[in-house]
Parts: sequence; structure tokens; C-alpha cells
Amino acid sequence: MISISVNGSVHELDVEPDMPLLWALRDVIGLTGTKFGCGKSLCGACTVHLDGRPVRSCILPVAAATGKRITTIEGIDSPAAKAVREAWLALDVVQCGYCQSGQIMAAAALLTADRDPSDADIDAAMAGNICRCATYVRIRKAIKQAARSLAGGA
Amino acid sequence: MAGSNIVNESRRRFLKHGIGAGAGLTLGVYLPVATAQRAAAGPGKAGGEVIASSDFSPNAFVRIAGDGSVTVIVKHIEFGQGTYTGLPTLVAEELDAAWEQVRVEAAPADASRYNNLFWGSSQGTGGSTALANSYQQLRQAGATARQMLVAAAAQAWGIPAAQITVRQGVIEHADSKRRGGFGEFAALAATLPVPEDVELKTPDRFVYIGKPLPRKDSPEKTDGSAIYTQDIKLPGMLTALVAHPPRFGASVRSFDAARAKAIRGVADVVAIPSGVAVLAQDFWSAKKGRDALTVEWDEGEAFKRGTDEIMAQYRELARRPGTVARHDGDANSALASAHTSLAADYEFPYLAHAAMEPMNCVVKVNAESCEIWNGAQLQTGDQYAVATLLGLPPEQVKINTLFAGGSFGRRANPQSDYVVEAVSVAQAIDGRVPVKLVWTREDDTRAGYYRPMYFHRLQAGLDNQGKLVAWQHRIVGQSIIAGTPFESALVKDGIDATSVEGASNLPYAIPNVAVDLHSPTNPVPVQWWRSVGSTHTAFSIETFIDQLAAAADRDPVEFRREMLSEHPRHLGVMNLAADKAGWGKPMTPGRARGIAVHESFNSFVAQVAEITRGDGGSFTVDRIICAVDCGVAVNPDVIRAQMEGGIGYGLSAALAGTITLKDGIVEQGNFDSYPVLRINQMPAVEVHIVESDAPPTGVGEPGTPVVAPAVANALAAATGSRYYRLPLEIGSSGRPPA
Repeated sequence: MISISVNGSVHELDVEPDMPLLWALRDVIGLTGTKFGCGKSLCGACTVHLDGRPVRSCILPVAAATGKRITTIEGIDSPAAKAVREAWLALDVVQCGYCQSGQIMAAAALLTADRDPSDADIDAAMAGNICRCATYVRIRKAIKQAARSLAGGA
Repeated sequence: MAGSNIVNESRRRFLKHGIGAGAGLTLGVYLPVATAQRAAAGPGKAGGEVIASSDFSPNAFVRIAGDGSVTVIVKHIEFGQGTYTGLPTLVAEELDAAWEQVRVEAAPADASRYNNLFWGSSQGTGGSTALANSYQQLRQAGATARQMLVAAAAQAWGIPAAQITVRQGVIEHADSKRRGGFGEFAALAATLPVPEDVELKTPDRFVYIGKPLPRKDSPEKTDGSAIYTQDIKLPGMLTALVAHPPRFGASVRSFDAARAKAIRGVADVVAIPSGVAVLAQDFWSAKKGRDALTVEWDEGEAFKRGTDEIMAQYRELARRPGTVARHDGDANSALASAHTSLAADYEFPYLAHAAMEPMNCVVKVNAESCEIWNGAQLQTGDQYAVATLLGLPPEQVKINTLFAGGSFGRRANPQSDYVVEAVSVAQAIDGRVPVKLVWTREDDTRAGYYRPMYFHRLQAGLDNQGKLVAWQHRIVGQSIIAGTPFESALVKDGIDATSVEGASNLPYAIPNVAVDLHSPTNPVPVQWWRSVGSTHTAFSIETFIDQLAAAADRDPVEFRREMLSEHPRHLGVMNLAADKAGWGKPMTPGRARGIAVHESFNSFVAQVAEITRGDGGSFTVDRIICAVDCGVAVNPDVIRAQMEGGIGYGLSAALAGTITLKDGIVEQGNFDSYPVLRINQMPAVEVHIVESDAPPTGVGEPGTPVVAPAVANALAAATGSRYYRLPLEIGSSGRPPA
């Protein structure tokens, strides 16, 4: 049995240790907000936080996540995440929406580490997250709006 | 509209079975044949073909519950383009509902009620038609529901209906200060006869149309709760991965499942027509099982050529005249006698759609029926394909249409390829348990159904005044439509309309125009890809026009303007984009502009690209100024989003998109070998919408084809070199710092 902590709850999983965290979350625990896009850490749709840092769950063996704090889109409620989600709603960033869990997890991690990112910082932090609907223009705007709202609330 | 058009479905049910108190109002709208055909003819010529229209088709679109909620049943898939916002807007507008009380529900697969009015008797989404074909239909549905609620309130209050107003979901009688919500009158309204006639609002009374209402699907798509096919889990369900042959046209000779079956979690291994399926408790076990599987392929019929050889064949074919698609005047003679003539050859690669959600499908099969969960784009086609496979009547194939994580045309497969594959797997295990077919990214990239490769040869002649007098456009490429159920509607006299769209309707006033087509065949499966024929015709035409303008020593905008006097909507968007971009104003050294204008799916788009040259031949696309004329702008913010997204999708292909085959093997697999646009390459985008009272037309596709020629024209302005191939094959170094 492999024990992992997801969104504050401990789960005992009877799975092979090499199963990527993504599939443990989706197929075993039933948290489907984290998406499968490439399986090779190339698109960012599977982004979750491990001890607060963004990781690609599609290549991270579940055994490597034991003892860590795993946060998914269903559980994230940091001030940065709330600001990001509000900005995403205000600007209607989403289109098909499939990549957006990963985008929001990446953006929340960025704003936790850097409260005032420049365009270049945003591009650098978000370049690992593909959006085929190309919502990039609004992602940039929304991250800046979220940064302003965090600054205003501080 | 005539009174016979509308039916009160809840009253029908009431008369037939009786309904309990508190039951709500469900309205259906009948469109009589004549109206349906007018709607089917659509605005403008390209959508003007009437495919066999069914008789009176009842379509139920609105349900009002006792709690006051208004549920709009949407017949089109939502995969980002905004149908779950735009279509409910039409109902809410005429119903005078509050936007907050409006809910959205996917329509079931039932073409008798939910057909696309532009497609005759078929239900489906494509060709940027969702809002356009629904515009009258859903407004009528909303207006009828409103009138019945008012009639119910008038009856309950004992006052004339004419004294009642409805605003933001509140029914009110000012004189007596009585007010109520829709829920209070839904049950009574459900028992009333349908009004003889309803009046639709004039545009000056619109409260929602033209306003940026928030998307209905944003909340669930920002908290992880939106459900896609990938997220469906049914009791006992197994996940299936399929080993496909490495070459198109190959098939299974034999396989050894012993090692696969030894993997923990693997439940079964079965042969199906398209390969060998490994079924397991979860994706990861199925993946490991498939990795452990040994398959011997029969490659006797396999396609073993490469894309270089295909292009060489196309180039050779282009030396001969093809089937005539358009013939004005005498282009050959005019070319021969022209003062100056130019020729150019263009090459376009195969392209994968590469939607974020790889293809997948959930099916549950039993002896009498089949239920499917899918991001279904062509419900009627999928129903028939599955019914044929299973020997069922099509109406026994139930489809639950879910959000799709993109499609860009891929989920509208005329052969229902991945849906049929999922059903084949379920059939191979005798429907024992539900099956979720999942493709990996590599499966998705290598499965074919690409935007076809094309070769274009263009020749044009200018007279001694620099006016275009001759135009010869030859196109070579596989037909998307031949051999599909769409053939009778879309292939006429040997011309697949999707191969030449954008070229056969060249808008420029040129006295001698010839467009012809070769449609060679090969086993690489092809399919429509966001904006279809315009993905290649807009590029060759708009870059060649720029080259001709240069040859005539004319400004590209002025050169086009003179030839567009009969096309005010082309002219309108071009002038607007040029004006907003400051066309003609000098730019700093190393920077340049390019323009392109194109009509697709009855919408008109012009874009000005601003680029900066970088080191070593690289460049950045800094900004795209886009003007669009799509008729009435129902939701300007969704239109802007579709232009932004369409530009990103087109730019992605322009910079890097190519699928190549070597000895029949697809050389790309994941996003490392099939790179797509990332945020650091996305230009700033400015969208300007032309004010119009013309009927609304689509916006999902028309933004896509214009960006590549605009960028190539800007590059030509910067470098003096012309670009004849996509992808552009010069490095984009991303975006410059702001």
C-alpha cells in the first residue's frame, strides 16, 4: 500500500509504485480535475502542487509523492489561487477548458513565488503549459490582474 | 411565424399523461419546411446549399422549472467556441430572463428535434454554423415561452396580458404592483395553448445581444469540476488502449498477449478491426499491458511511401490541367499576352489537430442498445456508424454529448473512427462491461485524419498599368469528402468544395480567372481542420497578391482595395484593420507589417501582422490587429476570444506544424516532435468588430486562416524574401520583451 496526502486527506492506495501520480489521482482516487494531455511532461495539463511547488503529475511516480503535501485543482485555496480563479472568471479566460486546471495551478504557483511578475516572467513560468485554444492573451492579462488584486489585498 | 410552428411539449404530455402540479413548461419549436429551407440557405453563398430538408421537426429548447430556473437545451457541442453561452443568450434575450437563472443542458442525439438547420436532417456542429443556424430558432423559442408565461400571469391575475411587463426574470403588473417569477407561472403556462404568433424583438430592444455576457462554462472550467469524456467512470468500466498498426493500411496478422496479461490490472486483450485492444482496471495498467504486447502486422496492403514522394507526385500532377472549379474569361490567353507575368508554387504539409484532450470515448453496449459518452461533434453520423456496426436502429444509440477538450474538426470524423473503435472493443468483450477507449498523445498524432497536404501553382498577369488581368490557380491534394457520407452534398462535378473554398470564390475583380483541381488518392486518412480549405487557399492567394502588388509597385492595401469594390465586407474589414494598425506609417528599423484579408464561413476577417527581425534570420510576431465582420455580434467578448484563439491556432501551424511520413511511418508523436504554439510565442492581439445588422455568421474558424499570410507578408516586407511553404521554417524566437 502506498500512502499519499491529497488536499489534506490521506489515501492508502493499492497500486504499483511506478503508477504516475496523475493516474492515481484520476483513476484510483477519482479526482478528475487534473488532466492527461501528453504523458511526457510536455504540456502541463497535469500540473499539481507538491509541497506548494508545481510538478507534472504525469511523470511523477506515485511512490515519489509519499510524505509530500499534494494539492490539486479541487483543493487549492491559497490567496494566490483565489485571486487567479477570480481573474480567470472576470476575463473569461477559458475556452475548451481542458488545459485550464494546469494553467491555474501554474499561475497560482507563479504568483505565490513572485507577486509582481513581468511579461517575461509570465512567459517563462507558463511556457510549459500548452493551450491549443490559445487563450494565452487572456492568461497573461489574468495573471496581471490577479497580481494587482493580491497587491491590493496585502 | 405561423402558429403551427410551435408546440407546447409539456401540454402535449399533459394531455396525454397528465402532469402533477409544479411541473414546468417545456416548449418545442417547429420550423415549417419553407422557413427551414430559408434558414438552411443561410446568409451568403457558401452556406447556401440546401441539403435535403426534413419535414416539420420539433425541437425542444427551453424548460422552465417551478424553482424559476430556465434550462436551455443546446443542440451543439461546447468545445471552447462558446455555444453554451451564445445559444442561451438568444433564448434569454427573447424570454427576458435574468442571465443568472439560465442553465445549460446538452441536447440528446436526436436529429428529428436537434438538427443543424443548415445541414438538413443531421445533427452536428461544424463549419462555424452553431450560432448562425440557431439565431431565429432559439429566439423564437424564447419569445414563445415569454408570451405563454405572460398569458399565465394575466390569467392568474385577471388582467389583460398587454399590461404585463417582463424584465430580468420578473413578470410585473405595474398598476396593481403585482410581480412574480417565472417559476410561479411555469405550471400554469404549461397547460396553455401555444400563441398563434410571436413577435421577436427589434435590435433596439436587445438587452443581451451585443453585450459581453459572461460565459456559462467558466466556473466549472476553473475549479476542475467540468466533466469531459476522459473523466467518465462507470461501474465495472475498463480502460482500453489499442495497439494500432505502424503504417496506414496494415492489419493484425497475429499477436501474443501472454506478457500483457501478466501485467497487474490487465483484464483482457482482444483483436478488433483497427488493432489489438488491451483492457485494464485503469489507464496505467492498460498502458503497461500494451507496452508488453507483441503484435505481428500484415503489411501487404500498407502504405510505405513518404511525404517527400507524395509532394513530388503532386508537383508533377500540377503540370497538367485539373478539373475546372471556376472559369471566367480566358486566363490562358490573358496570361500569354500579359505585360508582366508571375508564377509561384506553394507547399502545405499534413497537419494533426492535436486537441488537448486526445481522442477517447466511453461506451456501454448490450443486445438492444448502446450508450455513448463522448465529446460528440457529429451526433447523427456517430449514431448511424455505431448502429450499422451493432445492427441496431440508430435511435437505440444514445449519445451523451460532453464538453470536449478541443477538436478543431477532429471529433467530426465522417467515419466516426474513434467512436467505432471504442464500440468495437466493447463488442469484442460481448458488452460485458462498459469500456473507456483512451488514446495517448502519440496515438492521437499518428492516427491520421490530417489536414491534407496540398500543392498550389499560381500564375498571374499584369497589364502595362499594373492591373491584374489574369489569374490561374491550380490546387493538388486529397479530397476530404470523397468516400464519406458528405460526398453527395459537397462534391459536385468532381470538385470537392472543401479543396477549393477560398480559391474558387476569389473576391478580387480580375477579368480572367481559372481555378482547377487535382484530387489524387492515397491511404493516409484526411479530414477537415479548423477553417478547412481556407487553411491553404488564404495563404497562397494572399501572399501571391502581395507579390503581385510589389511587381506592380503598388501598396498592398491599395492594390487590394481597387479590386474589392464589389465586396464591401472584405473592404470594410481590410480598411478597419489597416486603419487601426496605422498602415503606411513608418516603423522602426527591423520591424515590418503585413496584411491579409479572407472570407470563410460567411465571415470576413482581415489581419495586420507586426513582426520584428531577430538574430540569425529569426523573428518575433509582436502583434496582430484583427478586424472581423460576422454580422450581428451576439457576444463581442466571445468573438474576440475566438479571433485570439483562431490566430494562435493558425500561427501555431504557420510556425511549426508539420506531419511527415518516411517509408509510411509518421515521424511525429508528442509535443516534442509536433511542437505547438506556447505562450512565449503568442503575439498581442487586438480585435475590432465591424458593426453590422446582417444575420450572425460563425467565428470559430474564420480567424485562423488569415494570420499565416499576414505574417508571411510582413516577413517579406522585412526581408525582401517571399515564403512559399508552410510551416515558415524560419525560427520564431518568441515574443520580444514588452
